[in-house]
Amino acid sequence: MASLISCPHCGTRPKEEFLIRGDATPVRPAPMAAEEAWHDYAHLRANPRGRIREHWQHVAGCRRWLVVERDNFTHEVFGVTDAAKAGEGAR
Amino acid sequence: MRYSALSILKQAFAGNLGWKPAWREPQPKSHYDVIIVGGGGHGLATAYYLAKEFGIRNVAVIEKGYLGSGNVGRNTTIVRSNYMLPGNEPFYEFSLKLWEGLEQDLNYNVMLSQRGIISLFHNDGQRDHYIRRGNAMMMEGVAAELLDRETLKKMLPFLNFDHGRFPIIGGLLQRRAGTARHDAVAWGFARGADRLGVDLIQNCEVTGIRRENGVVTGVETTKGFIGCNKLALAAAGNSSRVGEMAGLKLPLESHVLQAFVTEGLKPCIDHVITYGAGHFYISQSDKGGLVFGAEIDGYSSYAQRGNLATAEHVMEEGVTMIPGLSRVRVLRSWGGVMDMSMDGSPIIDRTSIENLYLNCGWCYGGFKATPASGFCFAHLLAKGESHHVARALRLDRFERGFPIDEAGAGTQPNLH
Ligand SMILES: Cc1cc2nc3c(=O)[nH]c(=O)nc-3n(C[C@H](O)[C@H](O)[C@H](O)COP(=O)(O)OP(=O)(O)OC[C@H]3O[C@@H](n4cnc5c(N)ncnc54)[C@H](O)[C@@H]3O)c2cc1C
Ligand SMILES: [Zn+2]
Repeated sequence: MASLISCPHCGTRPKEEFLIRGDATPVRPAPMAAEEAWHDYAHLRANPRGRIREHWQHVAGCRRWLVVERDNFTHEVFGVTDAAKAGEGAR
Repeated sequence: MRYSALSILKQAFAGNLGWKPAWREPQPKSHYDVIIVGGGGHGLATAYYLAKEFGIRNVAVIEKGYLGSGNVGRNTTIVRSNYMLPGNEPFYEFSLKLWEGLEQDLNYNVMLSQRGIISLFHNDGQRDHYIRRGNAMMMEGVAAELLDRETLKKMLPFLNFDHGRFPIIGGLLQRRAGTARHDAVAWGFARGADRLGVDLIQNCEVTGIRRENGVVTGVETTKGFIGCNKLALAAAGNSSRVGEMAGLKLPLESHVLQAFVTEGLKPCIDHVITYGAGHFYISQSDKGGLVFGAEIDGYSSYAQRGNLATAEHVMEEGVTMIPGLSRVRVLRSWGGVMDMSMDGSPIIDRTSIENLYLNCGWCYGGFKATPASGFCFAHLLAKGESHHVARALRLDRFERGFPIDEAGAGTQPNLH
């Protein structure tokens, strides 16, 4: 994994300033959605090898939730976006 | 060829020219009763017990690299059964019992060393937790001992007892726990399975799962199509990728875990010791190197290498626990890809697809499980029902609300 992450708000920071939540793909279902939808959201992951999107929080900086787009095999980072901008705010 | 003291002596006088390869290198047949994907510890153990305990010998293990190239040859070799939850503890105790007879059973020296594991604790809350864990073990018939600070000082004088933030106030001991030589475990099961007729097919990657009318009929591989009645997945860190070939979406996320070994030292650490103020664990190999590790790096990864910051963190933990470690040189470090599950516990189950069976979710604790995992998976494949110690390790436990969450961390794989 790259040792530096470019926060869109704080600039390039050491990876240790961030907390990693996990896969950013699942989208929270509506509150009354069927149980299968909640099961899928809470437990099931595509877990692909290659390009992924992951939720990171800049806890030792701006404390914003971010979406880090990266390759989980080569560890290359392609981009970091604020989760609200990435349309992921409702997770 | 049976191994014995006599065979070693004979070979010594014959210039060691008479040793035979420990297993054959067969070409795949067109069809098997059971195909196992993954020649790690679990796949090999499954094949062995299928042949030995359940009489199913028309079996192939298909491995994309060489046998033991995955996590079975990368782990820190700790073997124990000091779990807390009723869904786990009988399973791991069954495994430890199998370990205790494994060398005779396999006719292979896996160098099981029951040197005891001591889990240190640093505050009252942690002590209560370990007392509870020890009691839970004893309720399953597994011995556990609580050690106070004075006893520990005599046993492990090199620990940092009076650290300002993390003083050591005691430990939980399981005497029957210890270590085993990881490669030898893979080789022992491989040789045992081969001698019972199992085909071990190396350098052969499974690239697809063929289904006809929804029923699995075989696998596409880099050596062509191979048919089977039952398909058993034991691909550890790559389980999601193999499962995806049959359209399965699994409760797993792959993460990297690192391990480290130092230069060889004279015997100095007699037990396996775990630090409660982090997740550090250490033991000394029979060659003398100190073998240690801690938690996963935390980001999802399929790369068998980790980040330097984690290495630094692991070293800091180690030196906090044993200050003398600061003078030792680390020789090597490496990583393995862990199949982290949503509750930190494994899965041994059938799937919604006919003829497709699943063994995964071992997180970073699957080495100790190798014999029981193989035995129980073989039981499921042969009899169509779960072995009684593995009944809780179901795939549908998440949607049914029966997770087995030792850490109490919830559905976040990187926290287990
Ligand atoms: C650094 C580290 C330390 C650990 N420490 C401990 C410990 O102290 N105690 C403990 O109990 N556990 C420990 N573990 C965990 C333990 O090693 C694993 O849980 C266990 O080895 C997993 O089962 P396995 O042996 O079958 O996996 P593996 O050896 O990884 O076997 C899976 C095999 O499947 C093969 N495969 C994958 N995809 C395909 C495909 N498409 N086609 C064909 N073959 C395929 C892989 O090449 C691999 O050989 C540790 C792991 C690591 C990495
Ligand atoms: Zn920031």
